[in-house]
Amino acid sequence: MRRQVLLKDINVPGILSYDVYRREGGYSAVEKALRDMTPEQITEEVKLSGLRGRGGAGFPTGLKWTFIDRKSGKPVYLVCNADESEPGTFKDRYLLEHIPHLLIEGMILASYAIGANTAYIYMRGEFRWIFPILERAIAEARSAGFLGENILGSGYSLEIYVHPGGGAYICGEETALLESLEGKRGNPRLKPPYFPAVMGLYNCPTLVNNVETLATVPAIVTMGGAEYARIGVGKSTGTKLISASGHINKPGVYEIEMGLPVEEFIYSDEYCGGIWKGRKLKAVVAGGSSVPILPADLILKTAKGEPRLMTYESLADGGFQTGTMLGSGGFIVMDETTCIVRNLWNFTRFYHHESCGQCSPCREGTGWMEKVLHRIEHGEGRPHDIDLLDDVAKKIEGKTICPLGDAAAWPVSSAIRHFREDFEYHIKYPEKVKNPKHFEVEPLTPSRQLATA
Amino acid sequence: MINTFSPATLALVKRIIARYPEGKQKSALLPVLHLAQAEFGGWLSTETMDYVASLLDIQPIEVYEVATFYTMFNLKPVGKCVLEVCRTGPCMLRGSDDIIKHLEKKLNIRDGETSADGMFTLKTVECLASCGTAPVMQVGEHYIENLSCESLDGILDQIRSEH
Ligand SMILES: Cc1cc2nc3c(=O)[nH]c(=O)nc-3n(C[C@H](O)[C@H](O)[C@H](O)COP(=O)(O)O)c2cc1C
Ligand code: SF4
Ligand code: FES
Repeated sequence: MRRQVLLKDINVPGILSYDVYRREGGYSAVEKALRDMTPEQITEEVKLSGLRGRGGAGFPTGLKWTFIDRKSGKPVYLVCNADESEPGTFKDRYLLEHIPHLLIEGMILASYAIGANTAYIYMRGEFRWIFPILERAIAEARSAGFLGENILGSGYSLEIYVHPGGGAYICGEETALLESLEGKRGNPRLKPPYFPAVMGLYNCPTLVNNVETLATVPAIVTMGGAEYARIGVGKSTGTKLISASGHINKPGVYEIEMGLPVEEFIYSDEYCGGIWKGRKLKAVVAGGSSVPILPADLILKTAKGEPRLMTYESLADGGFQTGTMLGSGGFIVMDETTCIVRNLWNFTRFYHHESCGQCSPCREGTGWMEKVLHRIEHGEGRPHDIDLLDDVAKKIEGKTICPLGDAAAWPVSSAIRHFREDFEYHIKYPEKVKNPKHFEVEPLTPSRQLATA
Repeated sequence: MINTFSPATLALVKRIIARYPEGKQKSALLPVLHLAQAEFGGWLSTETMDYVASLLDIQPIEVYEVATFYTMFNLKPVGKCVLEVCRTGPCMLRGSDDIIKHLEKKLNIRDGETSADGMFTLKTVECLASCGTAPVMQVGEHYIENLSCESLDGILDQIRSEH
């Protein structure tokens, strides 16, 4: 049995409730922290653990906590990012729905460490049924004395509130999230000067962390940062929740130890259980829709021929030429019948739809790419369209206020880099691609890209 | 007709405003807009938005610019039941295109339209964080997961019988 940190108690009947969560040892990390540890000691343990942000960027969590300006004289806020809207990602929902006390416990620890007395959970508004679950868990924790005034007689006080989003992917970006929490449109802020740690919510120092990141903190406090760091490989410590979707036999949320070989993750019955319908693997988008797509051969092995592992470093091996990113852990699998152009058109339409419109390269560029992809996919592509797409993507990348621009550009550049044949086929055989299921009828299978399991 | 919240909802609005610091009541805008949409027929009219502005002591334009930014808010009347079908990549890989086509045909409407009997509005939405149980649609409070064209007919009948 593999090491589980986040999901070890997920199947305990009633773990949703305070009583069962507590019986299983829940909130003992808060007891330990408030009785025996200073805020600095908690931050130190998180640093030692090597934990990196699970929202997508992978920034070292303990280090981020030290950026909080504690001398400003202003209130400090903790904001939990539960916006979860990166296509392919559904792991935070799993924690929120099934083990809400784990998040609350992590939020108490983080708030204490940074000196926050108010914390918000910004949750995407579509999770309507989860609001009562969280409200109830907060009320339970409060009546048990873990929230409110003078927690466990320590003199430390904390309130947690849940705040709904309104349906906008961009509000997952931390500065857009803060704008949204202030009751405004979700337009990302310029950094500098608006680094949340200094000028965040209501212009006060603010820590924004992902649900999974915060839910990992109780285990770190309980076992100690050094012990947590022993799980995993190198700088990818601990475990990670992976949301597996697409053409696999067993889609779902899996907690993996960092370092698991990708091949094992896809084909083992313990995880994805292989490609559905006995088909072959064509491509994987390994870290949510924003990261570069890789063909089968490159997701299973690096360009050097080493097994690709589920770690930040191994997935990124080879840079953008032959690698990708762990991102949010949204692992989208595509079988041999998948049309890469159609999939890319869909994603690009998504980014165009979700662009907040502040920067022209993002606003105009995503619209332009969507239009060109639409015509290629529908058999109206022109020979120079592929180069045009590549060019537009390059002109967005790195030239925008927030990373949504890059997130829209990378899938395009990588799809062209690795699947140029798919695009050329569309332009060469416009009649064939007019059937939306063109590759189901006749898979396009250049031999190097397919994995025979 | 001017809409006003029920006393119970007004009390809730007060509690929501209290979650934010003094003078930051604008933060309550999204939660209160959700309440307004739920209480006033599933969409936000100009009157409703003006009412929300007055409750939060902000300018109406501040409400309009927010309501138009977020896709969960309907700015036109909708049917009794809004079918919010996910159309993003991972759902498409598992057949959401067929689900959307099936609904369009069955209800004789296009995306964004309401069926002639006023029962259903079809609204395609982006990834609902349910890709592991794709294809999926949101109906009111809940998600209906692992959809298939075969299961849809029964689901629609059931919704009809509940309304
Ligand atoms: C366009 C965009 C969307 C994002 N969406 C999310 C999201 O849904 N959830 C999340 O936790 N982080 C999201 N992020 C990352 C956040 O900006 C931020 O880095 C993260 O919440 C920090 O938490 P962490 O350090 O614990 O990962 C997004 C970033 C961008 C640019
Ligand atoms: S990159 Fe796109 S989403 Fe981000 S601020 Fe610019 S226009 Fe808005
Ligand atoms: S793509 Fe439909 S729920 Fe994620």
